[in-house]
Amino acid sequence: MSAIFEVRNLKRSFGGLAVTNDVSLSMAPGDRVALIGPNGAGKTTFVNLVTGNLEPDAGEVRIGGESVTNVNAIDRVRRGLVRSFQVTRLFQDMTPAEHVALAILQRDGRAGRMFGNFLSMPGVMAEVGVLIGKLGLRDLAHRPVREIAYGQQRLLEIAMALALKPRVLLLDEPAAGVPQSDTGRIERALADLPDDLAVLMIEHDMDLVFRFAKRVIVLAAGTVIFDGSPADVTKDPRVREAYLGSYADASSAA
Amino acid sequence: MQTIFSIAVDALAYGMVLFVISIGLSVTLGLMRVVNLAHGAFAMIGGYIASYAARDLGVGYGLAVLIAVFGTIVIAIPIERLLYRRIYGRPELTQVLMTIGITFCIIGIANYVFGPTLKTIPLPPSLQGSADLGFRSIAVHRIFAIVCGLCVAAALWYAIERTAFGVRLRAAVDDAAMAAALGVRTEVIYAVSFAVAVGLAAFGGVVGAELLPVEPYYALRYMVTFLVVVSVGGAGSIPGALAACLLLGGIDTTGRYLMPEFGEFFFYLAVIAIVCVFPRGLAGRMK
Amino acid sequence: MTTATTNQAEAPLLSGRHGLGRDLAALAVILVLAVIGYLLFPNNLALLTRIMAIALLVLSLDLVTGYCGVATLGHAALFGSGAYAAGIAAVHFGITDPLLMVAAGIIGGALAGLVCGVVILRAHGLPQLVLSIALIHLFHEFANKASSWTGGSDGLAGIAPDPLFGIFAYDLWGRTAYVFAVVLLAIVFMFLRLVVRSPFGMLCRGIKEDPIRIQAMGGSPTIALLKMYVISGAVAGVGGALNAVSTQVVGLDSLSFTLSAESLVMLVLGGTGSLFGAVTGTIVFMLFEDLVSAANPFHWLTMVGALLIAVVLFAPKGLYGTVAEVLARRRGAGR
Repeated sequence: MSAIFEVRNLKRSFGGLAVTNDVSLSMAPGDRVALIGPNGAGKTTFVNLVTGNLEPDAGEVRIGGESVTNVNAIDRVRRGLVRSFQVTRLFQDMTPAEHVALAILQRDGRAGRMFGNFLSMPGVMAEVGVLIGKLGLRDLAHRPVREIAYGQQRLLEIAMALALKPRVLLLDEPAAGVPQSDTGRIERALADLPDDLAVLMIEHDMDLVFRFAKRVIVLAAGTVIFDGSPADVTKDPRVREAYLGSYADASSAA
Repeated sequence: MQTIFSIAVDALAYGMVLFVISIGLSVTLGLMRVVNLAHGAFAMIGGYIASYAARDLGVGYGLAVLIAVFGTIVIAIPIERLLYRRIYGRPELTQVLMTIGITFCIIGIANYVFGPTLKTIPLPPSLQGSADLGFRSIAVHRIFAIVCGLCVAAALWYAIERTAFGVRLRAAVDDAAMAAALGVRTEVIYAVSFAVAVGLAAFGGVVGAELLPVEPYYALRYMVTFLVVVSVGGAGSIPGALAACLLLGGIDTTGRYLMPEFGEFFFYLAVIAIVCVFPRGLAGRMK
Repeated sequence: MTTATTNQAEAPLLSGRHGLGRDLAALAVILVLAVIGYLLFPNNLALLTRIMAIALLVLSLDLVTGYCGVATLGHAALFGSGAYAAGIAAVHFGITDPLLMVAAGIIGGALAGLVCGVVILRAHGLPQLVLSIALIHLFHEFANKASSWTGGSDGLAGIAPDPLFGIFAYDLWGRTAYVFAVVLLAIVFMFLRLVVRSPFGMLCRGIKEDPIRIQAMGGSPTIALLKMYVISGAVAGVGGALNAVSTQVVGLDSLSFTLSAESLVMLVLGGTGSLFGAVTGTIVFMLFEDLVSAANPFHWLTMVGALLIAVVLFAPKGLYGTVAEVLARRRGAGR
């Protein structure tokens, strides 16, 4: 299948330190990929380069076969590259229904409309109902976000991302900060993501990675050191070195 | 040639006065993140006190300057304790409202106490007249203002870069929480910096009274000038503030010499152009 | 089974707030206030008319400050531009029909809004504030120097509006002007209620809270804010034109820093982010000013300052915001 999302030889350094050093990857529709790596591996920089919030020194990002390297962050979203945030960024006084409706209208280019209340737009609200219902937020639809639990806010982030009908979804630690009792609902939501969507998940929690991903990419010191199946990742000597290397060094030095 | 020289001297003197008044604002903004629109009001208070001391009490110029600086600090401390403390870390709009409220109050009170007329601060004979440089003569007061500016810049540079207080101050500017965790008493740093900032404003108000005349609307008239210096120079940056003062002093003085009719118009136009080109300030651009 | 759940999902969501009843209630409140004003101050309708003109300025400021979070101390530029546009249309181009003058005011205000928006939105924080102050001074200086068009510091006099619809002349007691003002204010107020509740209004509230999040949804904060600035300019322009029509003169004070600062005080006094708050703040402030400032303008300045400090310290949500909160809490407790 042809690639929906491609990164070619992406490079970025800060003051001589190559934080992203020649990273390439390619994803097809329906892919479920986890991006992992030790702290400081350059995951955040990579996400910012891909979303267009940081400019790369070299390299290319392509969505659906078209280069978006010179396209700004907002237009990349409009072309189907949507991200979620590691810490939820929601509007505290708005309700989940309003959040999702705003995302739907934004996707349709109707968010600038100055008349009409979207709570009385049947087309929009039907879609809001479906999305919110799918994520089990129906009872909270009209409560301000600041009154709802963090786990449910994370579900709302996913609902908003889906409302934008993305082709590529970047999930930045979708379960971070969620109490153990609620992670099940998030995992179920992740399992229910549309089949044709390419999902790249940045995650620390290896249990979640193994249950979700069909493919794992390991980033260390700004370079891809592993790209393969979850079954092989723990056996790979370079991955072991990247994660355990510092301990090995410490023990041999001692 | 004559005009260019006069413009240069006046611009330099004006820029230095701006620097003395604004640098305190720059430091407190960098340190406490308070948009203090009332800073000019403290310069005005200094001017009024010096005028009162020199004209009505008949003390000498030097003593009047001292009384003005310490008098203004004494007035400012309770204001800091009662009002400014409440707005540290609050949204910008809140800070703007509080400090503009303080400015309005000070203007009203200044008018009530001193009347709406312009107040002069009589210069001692040694600062009057002009100095002959051989090829040209300059008003001694201008030289005095320039020297004061240079001294303040040098003293501040020394205090910030070379003393233990400066180290703590810079630590608190960079990361107040971390500095506090390392045992720096940030509230002391805040209080001292605020007092120094106000004292410098008062000093600048007195020294610059010939160029920025003391009257009740002083605080509003020069509000944008002081703010723009800080915003162009970059909060907390001495070289940035100095560069901004000389630049703005130059633009303003040149405008007033060459196009007295349109002077202010071009000054504000220049302000807008500069802020648009350097939205993070001259110093911010260099980083 | 799937359809059943979908229907279930839709049912509670569609029963959201529609707000038509509340719109009518708001309209009724404005009209009742207007009648009360007319009965209480029959000899001072000029003051009430001016209050409504300024209320339009404060509503316009609320759009950018309250709903979008832009801190500005130069908003009178929009109001004054509307006033001068209407005045210049009347004096220099013979457009003396009141409705056309208001149209001129809307265009003038919207253009000023566009210019101010383009400049002010380039920066954030302190630089943004500095830009807004520099802009109002620039507008003021410009109007002062272009005296052949604006009358300079003497003001633009000789504005003689035609009778409204060719029937209702502007009488000495200002009755026509008063009714004209009430109708304009009511129309603008209802229009703004629609705008702030619309998808666009919601987008702006989102931008105020987190512009980065809006970008991540594919929305452009700058374009939305610029649009709001133009709308805000049009609203302020209506206020300016109304002032020009009713007082028949436009002075430089309509483009002043003081008016900008005062409008911000009125907004905060009433409560930001609420249309009723903006109107409440204007009414309270202007009536208070009328009562006090006759004595000495400097005492008035001191009092405005003290008032501001008091609001920041004790009622940060403003008069309307605080009362609304107390009422909401009481209603919540009653349940």
